[in-house]
Amino acid sequence: MQRPGTLSAASANRRYAGRVASTYPTVDGAGIRLDGLSKSFRSPEGPVHAVREIDVSIERGETVALLGPNGAGKSTTIDMLLGLQPPDSGGVSLFGRTPRQAVDGGLVGAMLQTGSLIQYLSVRELLTMMASVYPAPLGVDEVLEQTGLEAIARRRTQKLSGGETQRVRFALAIVSNPDLLVLDEPTVAMDVESRHEFWKSMRSFAARGKTVVFATHYLEEADQNADRVVLMAHGRIVADGSPTEIKGRVGSRTIRATLPDADLGELSGLPGVANADRHGEAALLSCADSDQAIRALLERFPAARDIEITGAGLEDAFLALTADPDSDAPDAAVAL
Amino acid sequence: MRGLVYTRYELLRAFRNRRFFFFSIGFPLLFYFVIASPNRGVHDFDRSGISLPLYYMVGLTAFGTMVAMISTGTRIASERQIGWTRQLRITPLSTRAYFRAKLLAAYMMSGLTIVLLGLAGSSLGVSLPAGHWLAMVGLILVALLPFAALGIMLGHLINVDSIGPATGGGASLLAFLGGTWFPLGSHGFLFELGRLLPSYWLVQAAHTGLTGHGWPVRGWVVIAVWSVVLSAGALYAFRRDTKRAG
Repeated sequence: MQRPGTLSAASANRRYAGRVASTYPTVDGAGIRLDGLSKSFRSPEGPVHAVREIDVSIERGETVALLGPNGAGKSTTIDMLLGLQPPDSGGVSLFGRTPRQAVDGGLVGAMLQTGSLIQYLSVRELLTMMASVYPAPLGVDEVLEQTGLEAIARRRTQKLSGGETQRVRFALAIVSNPDLLVLDEPTVAMDVESRHEFWKSMRSFAARGKTVVFATHYLEEADQNADRVVLMAHGRIVADGSPTEIKGRVGSRTIRATLPDADLGELSGLPGVANADRHGEAALLSCADSDQAIRALLERFPAARDIEITGAGLEDAFLALTADPDSDAPDAAVAL
Repeated sequence: MRGLVYTRYELLRAFRNRRFFFFSIGFPLLFYFVIASPNRGVHDFDRSGISLPLYYMVGLTAFGTMVAMISTGTRIASERQIGWTRQLRITPLSTRAYFRAKLLAAYMMSGLTIVLLGLAGSSLGVSLPAGHWLAMVGLILVALLPFAALGIMLGHLINVDSIGPATGGGASLLAFLGGTWFPLGSHGFLFELGRLLPSYWLVQAAHTGLTGHGWPVRGWVVIAVWSVVLSAGALYAFRRDTKRAG
């Protein structure tokens, strides 16, 4: 599962640390800071605590995935990050500025979850129009090339397919040459190939030393495209670490085998196994790397039979990670 | 400089929207030919001493420009619906630049209406002294300010489902009460009410083309007051619509 190109958060931080100091004259604490951020909404069933006192600190140059199921509070967090919604309490700092100041300074580019394009302009015209409002935009040709839009640059926006529209929205997010790029579930409307192309464009933009925050509910997207994953559920952060660490905690696959005599401690110590459990005669192994785990299991316990390997649902994983009973459980149910 | 590029594309967009073009410019033009063409020989309309084609040319100029201004609201409402207004909030585009672009696009449409109706009128034999025509255009442009603000305000207050009836109904009512379709006379309730409305003074501005007389002080005051009130309303609606955190 682990791709060779994927960086751990620690190494990514180290890699960019030098360049941050040399390239940017920064205000102190000048990454992205969310301090004790909270937001509730009224609903007929009572208040919904969409985001509950989250603290996140992101350094320049990091690519961070905000991972979580629908209703985890990702979009609300992103809205507050961008200054689209005021938090009930807590604060946001983008490179030492308020969201409004950062937006006005042209430091922020964003692709919101929903939204379409204004009509009666070609793709190139729309990009030129929007580039003109920023202090130091990228060249429109460069953006067209980087987002693979050259072929349809002259097409009117109302004649684009869904996937093309998303690509133009991405182009609009980067045309300002922002220091911070924010993407809220950008691939939701895309087919597999578009997704692949999209993330390729995103990574090449991030490789310029940009800070990227994206929300997704696909573990795979977070794994393949982020240095670091912040896992959210019920408005809280339930895990924060490199994709490998998160996958380790989540257990990306489960091996089930009939194995009456094996010791649980020994099973959980097998390479690739994150956690071991027992249901009657069956052993259940949550695996960070099920390939490695199955080889080790068969080597150590040749008697294992009725073996099944299943992908653990992410929803299950979230539930597992937020399982500890909470005093405001009904509220949590609403948030899901 | 930068604001100009943005405005230029805003104008281009308005210009390319054919449906909008038809309804806000084609419609008054069509109306004009339907009314004035068969009556082009009426030289003394309603014993006013003015030919019918001339009377309706200035009347429809008032109506057409008013519709062009208010229908900015329709475009704003649909931009809100598709999430574009929200997208603009995460750009450095200032409120001023946003309003300026909307205002200029609306004025461009009104300007075209004035020119096209002028051409239509002259095709039916209407001619105005150049001085009258210039005075008329100048006053109309001033009188349109409150309607520009009204369009922006409605666009930010009303959803796309109901914006059509709101702007259409609003424009018709204002046109009716302002005396676009028939003279309000010189006394009575409708006359007194009309004189408090910007649409009345817009019609009077258009009638400058007939008489060469500008507004009395009252006209300037009414237009100024409505401009201030509706601009404040437009700003309020815009702020409410796009409230954002520090």
